[in-house]
Amino acid sequence: MLLEVKNLRTEFKLKRGTVRAVDDISFTIDKGEILAIVGESGSGKSVTSLSIMGLLQKPGRIAGGEISFKSQDLNKMSQKELQKIRGNQISMIFQEPMTSLNPVWRIKDQIMENIMTHMKISKKEALARTIEMLDTVGIPSPAERANDYPHQMSGGMRQRVMTAMALSCEPELLIADEPTTALDVTIQAQILELLYQMREKFHMAVLLITHDLGVVSEAADRVIVMYCGKIVEEADVKSLFSQPLHPYTVGLLQSIPQIDDESDQRLYMIKGMVPNPLNMPPGCYFSDRCDSCMERCTQEMPELQEINGHKVRCFLYDKAKEGELSAK
Amino acid sequence: MVKDVSSNSDENLIQAAEYVEKPESQLKEMWETLKQNKAAVVGLFIIALLALIALAVWGSELLGKQILPYDPNYSDMTKSFIWPNAEHWFGTDQLGRDMLSRILDGTKISLFVGVAAVAISLSIGVMLGAIAGYRGGKTDAFIMRVMDVMLSIPSILLAIAFMAALGKGLDKAVIAIGLVSIPEYARIVRGSILSVKENDYVQAAKVIGNKDSRIIFKHILPNIISLIVVRATLGISTAVLDTAALGFLGLGVQPPYAEWGDMLGRARGFIFTAPYTLIFPGIAITIIVLAFNLLGDGLRDALDPKSRIK
Amino acid sequence: MNEVLMKVQDLSKHFTIETDWFGKPVSVLKAVDEVSFTIDKGEAFGLVGESGCGKTTLGKILVNLYSPSNGKIIFEGKELTGLNEKQRRSYCKDIQMIFQDPFASLNPRMTIGDIIAEPIIINHLLPTSEVEERVIYLLNCVGLARHQRNRYPHEFSGGQRQRVGIARALAVEPKLIVCDEPVSALDVSIQAQVLNLLDDLKAEFGLTYLFIAHGLNVVKHISDRVGVMYLGKLMEIAPKRELYANPLHPYTQALLSAIPIINPEKKKERIILKGDVPSPINPPAGCRFCSRCFKELDHCKLNSPVLKEISPDHWVACHLFD
Repeated sequence: MLLEVKNLRTEFKLKRGTVRAVDDISFTIDKGEILAIVGESGSGKSVTSLSIMGLLQKPGRIAGGEISFKSQDLNKMSQKELQKIRGNQISMIFQEPMTSLNPVWRIKDQIMENIMTHMKISKKEALARTIEMLDTVGIPSPAERANDYPHQMSGGMRQRVMTAMALSCEPELLIADEPTTALDVTIQAQILELLYQMREKFHMAVLLITHDLGVVSEAADRVIVMYCGKIVEEADVKSLFSQPLHPYTVGLLQSIPQIDDESDQRLYMIKGMVPNPLNMPPGCYFSDRCDSCMERCTQEMPELQEINGHKVRCFLYDKAKEGELSAK
Repeated sequence: MVKDVSSNSDENLIQAAEYVEKPESQLKEMWETLKQNKAAVVGLFIIALLALIALAVWGSELLGKQILPYDPNYSDMTKSFIWPNAEHWFGTDQLGRDMLSRILDGTKISLFVGVAAVAISLSIGVMLGAIAGYRGGKTDAFIMRVMDVMLSIPSILLAIAFMAALGKGLDKAVIAIGLVSIPEYARIVRGSILSVKENDYVQAAKVIGNKDSRIIFKHILPNIISLIVVRATLGISTAVLDTAALGFLGLGVQPPYAEWGDMLGRARGFIFTAPYTLIFPGIAITIIVLAFNLLGDGLRDALDPKSRIK
Repeated sequence: MNEVLMKVQDLSKHFTIETDWFGKPVSVLKAVDEVSFTIDKGEAFGLVGESGCGKTTLGKILVNLYSPSNGKIIFEGKELTGLNEKQRRSYCKDIQMIFQDPFASLNPRMTIGDIIAEPIIINHLLPTSEVEERVIYLLNCVGLARHQRNRYPHEFSGGQRQRVGIARALAVEPKLIVCDEPVSALDVSIQAQVLNLLDDLKAEFGLTYLFIAHGLNVVKHISDRVGVMYLGKLMEIAPKRELYANPLHPYTQALLSAIPIINPEKKKERIILKGDVPSPINPPAGCRFCSRCFKELDHCKLNSPVLKEISPDHWVACHLFD
């Protein structure tokens, strides 16, 4: 077990109340595993990754829980200790490769700086390593492109540079926050392929944050579906897509236009919209949009329960109701 | 390396939630934020006080009543250079006029000049900036080159040049100071129009068939008004300073009217014998300029949505 | 049945990036380069391509946000290109646009009701007394409640704002709506709602769509015919079933194979294109796609292929089919 998140709660204190962006979530990532967290905006998926990295900005704060990385609690570390881990053992790539690179520095200087803060090697070795990394992520003629400034590169190239930088210290965990969202489909395919290769090469674990179920299905080993700060479903990728349990997951999967769908039927819609985080429905947060909503759903929040290794937070699968369900 | 988290959808939604719940007007929201900025409230309070003084003095003058301790323009040579005492709190000047009355009287001129000069530069500057920014191309190049030329001459020198052409007097000083700061407004407005113009809603306005003038006044200007308000508030303080400078040089208000810069200029020969004749007008100028600056800074914070959420 | 609503002929839009001392263009960005196609009345024509391919520029030319450098736009038999600004504006209400970013396309200082009423008022479509009624009707059409008309855009979610944008476009009773990536900025569960709404409105009002998107799956759902653009050129046009079942152009094939499939057990053979889209400022001579093509022929680099009809209604611009 590489990373264990236990009962993590992250809050944003606003003038009009407190928003619990991440509400008591627990999960683990093993060495070499690709775990995807999927959810819409407001689901708390990005806040989760920022909490892990210790990059939350005010008014956000971690209100409770443990984040243990190789048995050390990241939450209890000082910023200085965290900095040692960040960029070294855990690194991150962001959605927008343009703003994540410093526009006035050459590519090589940015990567070298990262390498030299975390590794005790000479400038010459750092440069060699930089070029080697650029080569690894598939940048043609890396020695020359290393002298480029970010604006001289295309979006796909910049995302490769970000990946090279993130991988330069051989992290054990890579957090990729919507790494392909800003990219075109043909470039997205390249970057996903690259992530896959890098995982094989460096045996690192990847926490993939995305809203795109297509990306999840292509890249992930295991999937967590988040809704309004709660984990609603967790399963390995095959069973999630072949047998989704939570009505939200089912709805999401059905509402995506499929390329191999030949019928011209209307798309399935999840009704309504994500509730206001300051004004959550009582009971299950999804109850006001759910087609299978029962009376109980509007009164209490279901627990996350495990059914043959497949976790789901829904009363439809409540053990107590099992008999009733099969009777139906 | 890992800095930019601003484009974070979750956080945006959380922050957006702040607004969803309260359909308050923008003005009210602004006031709420402004209220929290102590410096701005102090500035606003001082300005309100000064405005009250100016109005009272002006009103009483119209009604022919005297609310100031003494007639500010009445000189009594036998009472010249009396140091501050219980009778004359701020002392008397070289002509034996009561300093306190003159300073209070000067408030109305300073405020009037500040507001009027800004009104002139604002209306012309916004118009020019809007045309330059929206039209672009040669119109833009021409207007902005003229503005650049104006900016390349020190403003007070340019104001003096205008005064030389227009002649002495308060009204001319107002016009000169107003003309001098046109480029600042033109530049700010042009710059923000260039960025607002690219917004989809401006394009959408064009697609539904709006005329250019309507797009500028209905869709673009309301969205940069906050910027203009901030700039204008800070501009008043500059205008007050410029008036004082012109007065100091003897080009502004003509005697016997009390104007702080003019008072400073005339008293500068007595700096060692009667320093209070310089100190009090100087303090008055500092206070009014500071007040407008404090308010301007506070407004800028209040109008910047990023700093509004704390 | 196949009545042509709009015909676009050799349409080009070139932006001058740099001029020499005498104002002569030195480098020119060919955002749209000699594009021709037709849109039939009542159909949804999909336009697909990656960022920078010129699809949005093309859409903006059709709604008169840009004036074309070259070529003709013929709308209902009348040529729009060459009209002066005032005459052109009178066609504004026939061709409307829905924008990509619902957060940027609504004026934050206007209420929802004012935003929807504006096109009606400035085009003098209804007497003032009937405007409000019409606004309420339009709000209903797009699934918003009447009481919401006094609210400001920042009080709405992305999906709701996009509905407002749609209502604004509908307000002038247009014949053609250019939908510029109307769902790509929205959450997945909201995308389906908006797509269905667009489908319903098309049937209800007899609309014609030019549907611009980068996602082939979204386009497939809504369109009848699809055109594929790459670096300012149209590469392939075909009815959607034909295009998806039998893509001819190598670029279309690669685009189709790059779409992630929502089924982890069905790993497909994937064509991964090498390299990036070249800069449209210096596009490759000859075929625009040849720098990334996996079926490149010798003469692809030399001359540019023209769009030819290979089978009924299936057009492709590729030397493989010479």
